[in-house]
Amino acid sequence: MFEAIAFYLFAFLTITMFYIAVTTSQALYALSSLAAGMIFISAFFFILGADFLGAVQIVVYSGAVMALYAFGMMFFDTTRDVKEKQGNKAIILGLSILSAILIVVIVSAPIVGNNIEAFYPMTEGAGNVQEVGMVLFTKYLVPFEVAAVMLLVAMVAGIVLAGKKMDLSLTLMTEAEILMMKEEDKNKKALS
Amino acid sequence: MEIGLNHYLVLSTILFAIGLLGVIRRKNLLMLFFATEILLNSVNISFAAISHYYGDLTGQMFAFFVIAIAASEVAVGLGLLIVWHKKHNNIDLDSMSTMRG
Repeated sequence: MFEAIAFYLFAFLTITMFYIAVTTSQALYALSSLAAGMIFISAFFFILGADFLGAVQIVVYSGAVMALYAFGMMFFDTTRDVKEKQGNKAIILGLSILSAILIVVIVSAPIVGNNIEAFYPMTEGAGNVQEVGMVLFTKYLVPFEVAAVMLLVAMVAGIVLAGKKMDLSLTLMTEAEILMMKEEDKNKKALS
Repeated sequence: MEIGLNHYLVLSTILFAIGLLGVIRRKNLLMLFFATEILLNSVNISFAAISHYYGDLTGQMFAFFVIAIAASEVAVGLGLLIVWHKKHNNIDLDSMSTMRG
């Protein structure tokens, strides 16, 4: 009973938050409603008994990804209203038909796959975190390491891409120096 | 009222459709990134639900890797966006047509 109440409550909240995130014209509203939606999604993971996944969802999405977006938005002009695309009618029609077919396939998938056997069944008497650890560090060790290398590559790429001219501080420079830097930038743009 | 697998799958499809709607109608690349996050999250819900109802941990493992990929995608994508914004002073999709033949 409580599971049903929790499911419908969080389903309503998540759908509302994500709907706001994709329809609002204010970047800040989109960011905060997206963060709220991520936290509500972790509630589903807790209902489903995937405690570790829920914790990871909160830490990674609401912590890391949202902080990254917030830092990224400092570089962009977020006060300006976001312009919307005037969509092509045929593309929208095709994609809505595609998603309708997708719903039918997804809902009928458990009926077709009724005789599926568990590949890595859950062990009795072990908590979710223990189970995840056991499977992740035995069967999925190689993908885990590859994911770690991929995160390292992403970190290096982020530093290289966004970290240009980070050694210059606009607050510590004099007016004349800033003006000179701007002139240089203009010249560079004119040349390229 | 028993909550079954289908409830979670329908919810996941609705969220996926919302994300798809965002991908279609957004022109600002930052907003497009938000929509892709929604798509990835909706898939994660269905992974966790299937993992729960079939008693199999593979679904949760996939969800972990999806989260890791999403995090690295955001790091690289935002770096590229910042570079583009420094150069062209806007992040509209329509302005990125330099690769057009």
